[in-house]
Amino acid sequence: MRAAARLVARTDGRGRTVLAELRGEPPLLLRQVPGRDGGVTVYVVGGAAGPLAGDDLRLDVEVGRGAVVRVHTVAASVALPGRPGAVSRMRVRASVAEGASLHWLPEQLVAATGCAHLADSRVMVADGGTLLWRDELICGRYGEQPGDVVVRTTVDHAGRPLLRQSLAVGPDVPGWSGPAVLGGAPATGSLLLLDPARPAAPPEVDLGGPVAGTASRERPGAVARLPLAGDAATLWTATAPDADTLRQHLTPRLPGPVPAPT
Amino acid sequence: MPTSSMLLLLADGRFPAGAHAHSGGLEAAVAAGRVTDLGTLGEFLRGRLATAGLVGAAFAAAAHRAVPTADRAAELGRLDAELDARTAAPALRTVSRRQGRALLRAGRAIWPYAPFGDLPGGAAGPHQPLVFGLLAAAAGLSRTETALAAAHGTVTGAASAGVRLLGLDPYHVQALLIALAGACDTTAADAARAADGPPEELPAAAAPLADIHAEAHVTWEVRLFAS
Repeated sequence: MRAAARLVARTDGRGRTVLAELRGEPPLLLRQVPGRDGGVTVYVVGGAAGPLAGDDLRLDVEVGRGAVVRVHTVAASVALPGRPGAVSRMRVRASVAEGASLHWLPEQLVAATGCAHLADSRVMVADGGTLLWRDELICGRYGEQPGDVVVRTTVDHAGRPLLRQSLAVGPDVPGWSGPAVLGGAPATGSLLLLDPARPAAPPEVDLGGPVAGTASRERPGAVARLPLAGDAATLWTATAPDADTLRQHLTPRLPGPVPAPT
Repeated sequence: MPTSSMLLLLADGRFPAGAHAHSGGLEAAVAAGRVTDLGTLGEFLRGRLATAGLVGAAFAAAAHRAVPTADRAAELGRLDAELDARTAAPALRTVSRRQGRALLRAGRAIWPYAPFGDLPGGAAGPHQPLVFGLLAAAAGLSRTETALAAAHGTVTGAASAGVRLLGLDPYHVQALLIALAGACDTTAADAARAADGPPEELPAAAAPLADIHAEAHVTWEVRLFAS
């Protein structure tokens, strides 16, 4: 299945965001819901199961000067096997203009056994733009080993590279679940915050493990808060035993006004 | 020009660039209880080779490729920014630049006419893989040999740290490296090929625990290894 969707947001001259374009096709349908603060909120509604290997999906997002857009998905997407040897692709291309803001906060991507999936996101943020971007990957449905998945995130800020990361899991990927990469954790992800009003937060790390003073409780998973080079943006990166714990780790906790994460 | 002896010299852990002071993230992984024995060390090395090993080798190969170009300093500047964007943990950026400075001291003493002056990075120092690429080019290594020596270094340093940190039998640890030799060759070939493309398309293999472990390790007051 091939599908393309496109979202273009502008301001109406009175500080409210309007959608100049909102179109999709199954299984990539876009629905606007009432927003807040003059911004718009759009849900990606999966019109079919999957992605199935062989699917080729593409979503373009353009946030014009001063516009505020939040994108969510209604449910987790489960990458499933399809034709032997086929790969499913979900490509997102987004641009965020000066004074504009994009919150990309979809539900998790679940890698089912036997899938072969590439999630490839490229975001260009102009100087003075704001971006909150979350990627979450669950390696297999309950009790299941994942297929091969690559989650690639490429972000440029003011014409310079800000973040390049490509996380690969699955039977064809050496060492992915080992102690150098995920340490056996079935859930992993990251949250990027780039906000011109907010300098990068200093590094902080929580390795998980036993909770002081208790014999049996463990703080599950591990998370680090990482100021990226140039000190314009902060990345949280986490591993976790389940999707809920991962979401807790990837919810921003900063002093001062915090962008609503969900 | 035959380069076999040059390759051996540059891949040798005794090359005076301070590599023995680094465990490649192993010390923190051991402290976190994630690497405890020969089996988990083998998994650690395999994952490190596929992530930091591939990225480091590709950037060394790309720096090597930039040496004969007309706009070498600009190209090295792009590689510096691209490698920063692939190194989310500030502790790992600092380590890479510190190791780059150490390698640069050796390189300048050995090849005083190599174009090290074009390296970016200022006072913080240039990223280690970029220095290595220039140094390997000065030594006359091919691009694939450059990637091979770089990939090799990312696993041998951690492996010998494993002997010290876990008290493992050195014969058995060497056997792990022998078993990884094929993967190391493949990684180097992939890295050298990737260096043909533009800097933004170079590998960006991520390892969440490498970032998390590095930030934990840098806060320790007492540690055996610098990283």
